[in-house]
Amino acid sequence: MSTQSTKVAPMEKVLPAGRYGFFDLVRSEWTKVRTVRSTMWTIGVTIVLGIGIGALVAAVTRSHWSSMNSFQRLTFDPTATSLIGLLFAQFAIGILGVLVISAEYSTGTIRATFSAAPNRSRLFVAKIFVFGVLSFIVAEVTSFVAFFVGQFLLSSPATHQTLSDPGVFRAVFGGGLFVCVLGLMAMGLGTIIRHTAGAISAFVAILLVLPIILQALPYSLSTDIRRFMPDQIAVRMVTTQSRNVDFRSFAPWVGMLILCVYAVVLLVIGASMLNRRDA
Amino acid sequence: MIEAKGLTKHYGDKRAVEQLSFTVRPGVVTGFLGPNGSGKSTTMRMIMGLDAPTAGDVTVKGKHFKNLQWPLREVGALLEAKAIHPGRSARSHLKMLAQTNHLEDSRVDELLELVGLSAVANKRAGKFSLGMGQRLGIAAALLGDPEILLFDEPVNGLDPDGIRWVRNLLKGLAREGRTVFVSSHLMSEMALTADEVVIIGKGKLISQTSIEDLLAQSTENYVRVRAPEAAKLKTALEHQGAAVVLEDDGSLSVRGANEVAIGELAATMSLVLHELAPQSASLEEAFMELTEDSIEYHGTTAEATNSTGAKS
Repeated sequence: MSTQSTKVAPMEKVLPAGRYGFFDLVRSEWTKVRTVRSTMWTIGVTIVLGIGIGALVAAVTRSHWSSMNSFQRLTFDPTATSLIGLLFAQFAIGILGVLVISAEYSTGTIRATFSAAPNRSRLFVAKIFVFGVLSFIVAEVTSFVAFFVGQFLLSSPATHQTLSDPGVFRAVFGGGLFVCVLGLMAMGLGTIIRHTAGAISAFVAILLVLPIILQALPYSLSTDIRRFMPDQIAVRMVTTQSRNVDFRSFAPWVGMLILCVYAVVLLVIGASMLNRRDA
Repeated sequence: MIEAKGLTKHYGDKRAVEQLSFTVRPGVVTGFLGPNGSGKSTTMRMIMGLDAPTAGDVTVKGKHFKNLQWPLREVGALLEAKAIHPGRSARSHLKMLAQTNHLEDSRVDELLELVGLSAVANKRAGKFSLGMGQRLGIAAALLGDPEILLFDEPVNGLDPDGIRWVRNLLKGLAREGRTVFVSSHLMSEMALTADEVVIIGKGKLISQTSIEDLLAQSTENYVRVRAPEAAKLKTALEHQGAAVVLEDDGSLSVRGANEVAIGELAATMSLVLHELAPQSASLEEAFMELTEDSIEYHGTTAEATNSTGAKS
């Protein structure tokens, strides 16, 4: 304990050149996302719901085909039918989007992470990148598999489509993109709210409760606002039968652009709060 | 080197840290002492850039933590035990931290070995005990082989073996020339580990000193004297300016004169001494004395603040 015996030369550590970079953080975030079970669960549910529900509806339609009237047959949209599961898959991917950030807060991992990588903006962009790529791949695989399974089940005499039919590739690819962008919106909500249950509730409220509230508004007003809702944008994106298109809805890629604006706004608000708040 | 200058943190009306200035230098273990709720953890979070100071500044190696090139290779911190996803394994937790600073995966296995968690490295951390969580936190702090180390209450939840292990680890790290800053609310633990101490109470600096000086400063230092002619000796000592108290057991407690002076005085007066024993205050007592006025959460009995516990 004597001060004499503790006179030690300060450690002179030689550090490698440069500094910790974006791709170091991408690798770290990828390790994080693949080493918790909730990732496998939410991705599994995304795929099962996305493919399974479309397959179920396609099979039921095929078995009832003979009892459908000509109008029903004429307006039948094989692509939209096979992709109906995406409207359920969006909730599972949304839960993963919330969890990738909220679980860090609830477990305290965020403080360990910031202690290793204090540049929060760079870390957040790496996180968005990893989750974005992962959810994009999962959503697109789900969408394309759902399409092929659905078309396979809609065997003759039911009508089915191929990717080269008008609007079909857009519907399948765009449907997958829709699920991915909703996941990013959920991640933005998770970053702003920081609590898993709160953020998931907000996400579900936006997707399910808000449309119901809007329906209570006067018809002319509600339809004007309704077309801004994610579900309306999704329906327009996957619809390939022009007869079924609601004339008030936005064109598919305009809708997608609006959806992307939502995601960007939520993520930017989240990023600024992440930077300003104490961890 | 860690330097805090006028460091202040308010949470609304609550003043967690107030105008705190101190320096933590390399090569020694510096204890960060204060009662519970005195602002130790808040200060450590500000050093690590997790909480933004309301006023003032704190730097590591002369820079803000956020501006370090390789944060994990330069500063390691154990801020809370079990700050880990319960579903993730110890190995995965360390791996994802190592990757942020481009460290080899082999470092992860080295550290797991060092802290004795190799056998449970692939188990989900949710099943870990508090002690195992502390070991994992220590492994994370050491992962980048940093020159500066912060530990917030590292022995919490450890068994006696683990406590001794941490103590030796901290001393060893300081001997390698690292800056080691370790908080505790237990003075007795710091007495065995630290060379220097930064003592705070209610968010304010009470003292930064060496353990030796802390003891020397304490008014609890006195010399216990037993002599058949105690009264005569008492008068003579008081005449020389010492403060002498006659205790119930007939012994004298002398302050303001050391054992050499007392012994020589007794010899010149030809007085017989049965006991001449310098009594140092335990560090616990010295600490209590310093922080007496700044305990945030008092116990309900008077003893809670005055009791000094067993002498160490």
